[in-house]
Amino acid sequence: MQWNSVSEFFAMGGYAFYVWGSFGATALVMAVESLLIRNRRRQMQQTLRAEHQPNELQT
Amino acid sequence: MNPPPSPSPMQLGLGAVMLAVLRREIALAMRQKGEVLTPLVFFIVVASLFPLGVGPESALLLRMAPGVLWVSALLAAMLSLQRMFASDYADGSLEQMLLSTTPLTLLVAAKALSHFLLSGLPLVLVAPVLGLQFGLDGQSLWILMLSLLLGTPTLSLIGSIGASLTLGVRGAGVLLSLLILPLYIPVLIFGAGAVEAHASGLGSGGHLSLLAALLVLALFFAPLATTAALKISLE
Amino acid sequence: MNKHGIQWFKYASPQNFYFLAGRLWPWFAGLAAVLALVGLWIAFFLAPTDAQQGEGYRIIFVHVPTSQMSMLIYVVMAGWAAIGLAFNTRLSGMMASALAPTGALFAFLSLVTGSLWGKPMWGTWWVWDARLTSELILLFLYLGFLALQSSIDDPRRADKACAVLALVGVVNVPIIYFSVIWWNTLHQGASVSMTRAPSMAAPMLWGMLIMVVAFWMYAIAAALARVRTIILERERHTEWVKHAME
Repeated sequence: MQWNSVSEFFAMGGYAFYVWGSFGATALVMAVESLLIRNRRRQMQQTLRAEHQPNELQT
Repeated sequence: MNPPPSPSPMQLGLGAVMLAVLRREIALAMRQKGEVLTPLVFFIVVASLFPLGVGPESALLLRMAPGVLWVSALLAAMLSLQRMFASDYADGSLEQMLLSTTPLTLLVAAKALSHFLLSGLPLVLVAPVLGLQFGLDGQSLWILMLSLLLGTPTLSLIGSIGASLTLGVRGAGVLLSLLILPLYIPVLIFGAGAVEAHASGLGSGGHLSLLAALLVLALFFAPLATTAALKISLE
Repeated sequence: MNKHGIQWFKYASPQNFYFLAGRLWPWFAGLAAVLALVGLWIAFFLAPTDAQQGEGYRIIFVHVPTSQMSMLIYVVMAGWAAIGLAFNTRLSGMMASALAPTGALFAFLSLVTGSLWGKPMWGTWWVWDARLTSELILLFLYLGFLALQSSIDDPRRADKACAVLALVGVVNVPIIYFSVIWWNTLHQGASVSMTRAPSMAAPMLWGMLIMVVAFWMYAIAAALARVRTIILERERHTEWVKHAME
């Protein structure tokens, strides 16, 4: 372990914005992408269910 | 009306067929002179926009000239690409070409070549005039012309791929640009680079050879890709 | 032997692949998560501070994976494209379409992390060096693929057209890369290539490798999950989809 304190870790020797910005952007993009994939699937499921059961009464 | 159909390819050699395609393209273009002249005017206008944008300082313009002229020529050459297959697609002659016994790749190559003659060659001829506006000297103007002469056929060939992929697609014009501009980058780099290299005393030989190499590559591979794309578009 | 042969082609059918992908993607996601945790631990706690770049160099642990993967994904996309054109299989085109968004996002991230790395090191947000410029062009190629896909209504024609585009692109990538390097070296003033990584201590190398594999597993998981929805969209009128949605 090379960090003397938690705040040192977050400060990243002055490069905090750049380092955490990069890792943050990457994590954000991956999270958003996963959400989008999941939402697209759910929408398609809803659409397909509606198509195949148009006569059922909606309660 | 379109010119009468050429004699059946069974009676002609392949070279004659390609010549017939060329002559047909030119005849068609001559009926719509505006379509041929507009990209040329675009070239002139766009090239003039840059000095208006960056200021008339001659040293800066001289430095920018190869890149600016090449980008303007590239964009102008791209403008008329849609025309390559669209009208033939509309009136059914494209399907005839697919059905003909002549290999489609040759017909496609002939079409790309005619596009170069109608769109690229005028740019080659007008570029020196614009080059003068940017302060290029005589030798550089020759290199500019030569680089465009070697480069614009490649642009037509690569462009034919884009034109065939986007046939009949909505928003085809802009989409075509998005698709082929990245592919144009090597031609741009070596084309503009040739003039710059000459200006800086390094000699344009290397760049021009690379341009020629790209042309040869495009001559071999672009018609294949275009043929595949046409068959897909016409299914 | 025969049984294995049949198994292979069995999964070329969208229906079978749908369920296979459904079982597989969570495993790849899990693998990605575990590897990422290990990689991040190495990146922040094992890898030492760099002499020249201080802590800022740690960005390579995301920058290198994203750029490597953006290039690898494009090649894989082109591979699926080739298979689709050669064998006229529906699934190949769907796989290529499933990979494209992830590849584009990685290319974008590579540019963002590259910028964030370059700013403190070289003082500017953007440097026209060969690698970053090529990455930008790769992003354009991805965007062209996605644009072509969305503008053609007929999915089969879209797949095939995009396949041709992907193959043309993959052939051009080395040419583009070479020409950009040429362009960069000729215009090189006093500028230095910003992507010169610090000389690699072993933990740095390991960390980077593990992160690359982690991103790779993530990409596979994302593509498998995405292709399931694509399969549903394309095969919506078949019986098996109707049953699967009940």
